[in-house]
Amino acid sequence: MKKIFLIIKREYLTRVKKKSFIIMTILGPILMAATIVIPIYLASRPNETKTIAVLDETGIFIEKFKDSEEVKFHYLVSDLTTAKENFSKSDNHALLFIPKTEVTLPTNAILYSEKSVSINVKSYIKNVMTKQIEDLKLQARLTELQTDKQNPVSVDEILRSIKTSVDINTMKIGADGKESKSYTEINMVLGMVSGILIYFFIFMFGAQVMRGVIEEKTSRIVEVIISSVKPFQLMMGKIVGVGLVGLTQFLLWVVLTFAIVTVVTTVMNTTDFKKPATEQMMAQKQGLDPALTEAISSQDDSAQGMGVVMEAINTVNFPVMIAAFIFFFMVGYLLYAALFAAIGGAVDSEADTQQFMFPITIPLILSIIMAQYIIQDPDGPVAFWFSIFPLTSPVIMMIRIPFGVPYYEVALSMALLLLGFLGTTWLAGKIYRTGILMYGKKISYKELWKWVRY
Amino acid sequence: MDLFSAHGVSKQYSNHKALDKVSINVPDRHIFGLLGPNGAGKTTLIRIINQIIAPDEGELTFMGRKLQPHDIALIGYLPEERGLYKKMTVGEQALYLAQLKGLSHQEAQKRLKYWFDKFEMRGWWNKKVEELSKGMQQKVQFLVTIIHEPKLLIFDEPFSGFDPINANILKEEILAQKEKGATVIFSTHNMSSVEELCDDIALIDRSKVVLSGAVRSIKKTFKTNTFGISFNDYDGAVQTILPTGFQVLSESRDADHRHAEIKLPAEATSNDLIKTMLPFVTIYAVNEKIPSMNDIFIQAVTQKTGQDVTQD
Repeated sequence: MKKIFLIIKREYLTRVKKKSFIIMTILGPILMAATIVIPIYLASRPNETKTIAVLDETGIFIEKFKDSEEVKFHYLVSDLTTAKENFSKSDNHALLFIPKTEVTLPTNAILYSEKSVSINVKSYIKNVMTKQIEDLKLQARLTELQTDKQNPVSVDEILRSIKTSVDINTMKIGADGKESKSYTEINMVLGMVSGILIYFFIFMFGAQVMRGVIEEKTSRIVEVIISSVKPFQLMMGKIVGVGLVGLTQFLLWVVLTFAIVTVVTTVMNTTDFKKPATEQMMAQKQGLDPALTEAISSQDDSAQGMGVVMEAINTVNFPVMIAAFIFFFMVGYLLYAALFAAIGGAVDSEADTQQFMFPITIPLILSIIMAQYIIQDPDGPVAFWFSIFPLTSPVIMMIRIPFGVPYYEVALSMALLLLGFLGTTWLAGKIYRTGILMYGKKISYKELWKWVRY
Repeated sequence: MDLFSAHGVSKQYSNHKALDKVSINVPDRHIFGLLGPNGAGKTTLIRIINQIIAPDEGELTFMGRKLQPHDIALIGYLPEERGLYKKMTVGEQALYLAQLKGLSHQEAQKRLKYWFDKFEMRGWWNKKVEELSKGMQQKVQFLVTIIHEPKLLIFDEPFSGFDPINANILKEEILAQKEKGATVIFSTHNMSSVEELCDDIALIDRSKVVLSGAVRSIKKTFKTNTFGISFNDYDGAVQTILPTGFQVLSESRDADHRHAEIKLPAEATSNDLIKTMLPFVTIYAVNEKIPSMNDIFIQAVTQKTGQDVTQD
């Protein structure tokens, strides 16, 4: 164990000290922050005032959307078909349709528009709807409490029971009147970004493992080392060491990106960013116990000082996202890195790797190609199977997670990924230990199979 | 006592047998030469001793007991295919390799300092390996092989890549290690270094040990009772003055003397040769023709080949 630790330490330190690592660590967050901040900045710049027609079948939200500099709301009384027809003729920016619900309070709405609606506006609508529904729920709950004084209920429980999540689907209405779903949802962006990040990390650090193995082989140090440690220890030490480098880089990126984004958006907020008013929950606060009042207002406070977009980003469960990301990143990386290590062990130089790289890269590239499709149907059977299969699950599951995936599916995917990791490591260990002692021989798949069975 | 012995070790690769019931005995504090033509199985045997690969059958004994995984800390191995991390500094690298052999960081640093001083390598510590010449790299490699003061040192072609001066330093150091109590297994094609260094040898050819034992006794068995004699004052044919059974193998003449190589019958000694020749010639020198390891090597390998052919 002490020796594998020494190997991990060497692999880690030699890479972290490299100039390329330091440059990537600084450039990465700047690029990522730019990709986050620039669209937000553009989206949040107040240009001409847009009018949004509201068709509220429930009647709950009439006059709840307040006009601001950026957007005006105009309430319609008609049916959806005529509203849509009128909308096409008008120069209204968008049509918000809140369908009637029978039993429960409405939790979704459809936003029709010709051009895509800015995240800013969408977040505002979402917030107003959420607050309104939560308000109504709270009211109902309070009436219930006043009639039934025997059962004391905790503040937390009340807050939990009124928690609501509102879905706003965006439909694009083309010039020809055709409708198609459009995607500007923050969770789609997050899903895509994390899927691509995993893809990128697996390739980048997997290739580093492979290059490291080839380096040891071509520099002929490998036999010196395996006279001190087992080949498997050397392989795992390298894989884990490089993985930790990747994790370090990722965490640094997250922290630095977050820091940059926070600083930049704060600056933006204080200058030219007008935040729509969102105080509405105060109405029913009188007559409550102080703890509840405080809890509600602290919720409000935490929402203040941040831009609407940041608020929208905050609706995503980041701890879960990051935990899942780290799991799928690490285990997905481990699974692939073992295969990359096996390739490195089997060949003599990087030029020979092509034929073996091909089958490994197929599932990864397929994942990225499928991502476009899966993001449109994150709960469909294709998405399910791709997010269960260990070679594609790291990328596909991360794309699905921001949309909410049942826990048992995540657990199944994780378990299979772990099994897949054990499988590839076992396989790679066999190829590796034979391969590293072979020089100057062109290896075929047949030969590799012999090593595995041997 | 044998420090290490292998008994009936076999190793089968998918398409050929690398070792076939090989047995060797390496006496304690001896330098043991492992000889054989390319592809004979030397490296396979060395890798088995280092527990890099496992034998299919056979027993390995180390210090009187079964060879165990943790014994690698007591073995130092300089492989034939050797190298270092090019981008790492010499010092870091030496520390790393020494720690892999089980030394603590502190102890490794202390010992490395001693050796760097001794080998006049002080200035190299912070240099990257790629900045060193091949010979310098070899020195670093040798040093990390012995740094943990192993009981058993295994050198596979240690002299390749060394200039004569450094090869000599290396030779001295191998002998010094022996003096300190280490046992050395030493695989080479360089027969002159075998004569200089080895106490015992095993000759492996085509996966089998064809010859083994102490160098002195092997030479004795390969002796053909042949003597070289230098003489003057006689112009006739040498064979005519010799009794039957004595056979002249070659004759030559230089500015000062005539020389002849004479094979004696098994029961005759050099005294008999001198006695028969003394009445006719003036003798200047008589010396026994002892076969060189090179001759023995070639003879053993080619003879074996001949036998194999007849067996086939």
